[in-house]
Parts: sequence; C-alpha cells; structure tokens
Amino acid sequence: MNNTTKRWVFDTTVWTSAVMMTFVLLIHDVAAESRFPPVANDKWQAECGSCHIAYPPQLLPAASWRRVMSELDKHFGADASLDAASAAGIGAFLESNAARGKRAAVAAGTLRITEAPWFRREHREVAAPVWKGASVKTPANCGACHTTAERGDFSERGVRIPR
Amino acid sequence: MRTTRLVSGLLLAAALGLTGLPASAVTPAELQQNFNAAARASVPGFTGFSAQRGRQFFNSTHGNDWSCASCHTQDPAGPGRHAKTAKDIAPLSPLANPQRFTDAAKAEKWFSRNCNDVLGRLCTAQEKGDVLAYLMSLGK
Repeated sequence: MNNTTKRWVFDTTVWTSAVMMTFVLLIHDVAAESRFPPVANDKWQAECGSCHIAYPPQLLPAASWRRVMSELDKHFGADASLDAASAAGIGAFLESNAARGKRAAVAAGTLRITEAPWFRREHREVAAPVWKGASVKTPANCGACHTTAERGDFSERGVRIPR
Repeated sequence: MRTTRLVSGLLLAAALGLTGLPASAVTPAELQQNFNAAARASVPGFTGFSAQRGRQFFNSTHGNDWSCASCHTQDPAGPGRHAKTAKDIAPLSPLANPQRFTDAAKAEKWFSRNCNDVLGRLCTAQEKGDVLAYLMSLGK
C-alpha cells in the first residue's frame, strides 16, 4: 500500500465514522425529544383535553402559553373561557414545563403548534392528502396518527398513518 | 375481625364516594328546576319549556356558522365529533349518557362557551330549559 492509498483509507474511515456518529446522535436526539417526560396536572388534563388532546406543555414556549391563556375567550375561533382560579393553575403548570431550546422556536404571528419550524420539519414526509383524510381532518388531531399521543408519547413507534 | 374490616371498607368507600362528587352535583331534573325558577323570574308570561322548541333551537345556526348539531349532531343521543378539532364527543342526552347535566357549574360553563360560539351571546334560561327538555326527551 503506497502512502496515497493509506491516506485515502484513513480519510474514508474517519469521514464515514463521523457521518455515522452524527446520524446516531441525531436520531437519539429526535427520539429523546418525542417522548415527553410525564408531567401531569388534573385540571390541565380535564380542561385542555375536553376539545382536543391536552397538548403537552413542552410543545410551546412559556411566552406563547401565557398568550394562549390570556385569550381563552377567543381560542382558535372558539370560546374556551375558564374561571380565573383554573386558568391561573393551568397557566402556571404550562409555563413551568414549557418548551426550551430548539422546540421553543415559534412561527411569527401565530400560536399554532402546527406552524412551528420543528413541527413542519418533523412532518415534512406526510403527504398533503393525509392531513385532509376523514379520520385526520386537521393537523391538530395528533391522536389520528400518534396512537400514544394521549400519554405524551409522540415517538415514531406509535405512529400509524391512516389510509 | 372480618366485620370490622367490612365496616371500615364501607366507610372508606362512602368517604371516597362523597369527596368524589363535584361541589355542584345535581340531577338533570334539578338543573331543569333551576332553569325553570330563573325563567319564571325573567320571562314575562313564561309557560314552561318545550322539547320541540329545544330541538329547533339545537339544529338552527341562528344566522352564524355553527349550530349545536355541528358538533353534537342532529342525534345528540349518539356520539358527536368536534367540528374543528375532530375529537370524539360523548352523547349529550342524559338518558344516553348518565354523566351529562349532573354538575351545575360544568353545565353552565359549556352553555356559556357554546352559546357564545353559536349565537354570539349567552343563552337565556328559556333557551337552556328548552334544550335540556329536548335532550331529556331523547332515549338511549
């Protein structure tokens, strides 16, 4: 083996390992972020979970939750008003467990989880007709595909895309 | 010994049962009496509630986009589905779903939210009583 060949073998090995390592870390990162630690609050579960699944607090940053809770009478086109004590308790729970880091990025001018950059990135492989299917109807309907969403588990293992 | 255990078990069950009830526990009939008293006090010439009027009210969009039936369907003794989020909704008729209208505060919360969504205002005691009369007339 001459020096050029040795150099080539060495370079290829280093680069391949580096790429594989990055990939493993990336998958690990995504998997770790799609199962939210089981934080629970009875009021949050009962109130937020009555019209849609109780979206885990980790899906929006604290500032967004604060706005959601201050505009409940006009909640995405519906009146979701709450008594002051319940709203304060749920608000504190949401803010103290809110998204941090990459998940805290939001789309400007909206409180929609489904428009956040991370949400769009993670759902880019879902074809447009799937979102409009009778059993899905809206991207807000997490449970239509994420069969374990009620438990805060959004990992790929629990995903069943309806046909 | 066995008797003591049985008695303490029963006491515990009773205590849990009592604390498990919401503070505003009612029966649908008691709730209807509350609406009746409120309507007597506020509606001149009040003559009682009508299931037929309640059914029309329930299925009407009142000049806006939604009716009660948009989510609860025209058969509220059966399951419904939220018009926006697609979440399943349990039957609304208390005969089909015995948990319905057994918590006065909860009933009031939903009447006020949903009347705002459908009518753009709160419902009157007459309207709430008519709707409840309609729902109570629907079988299992």
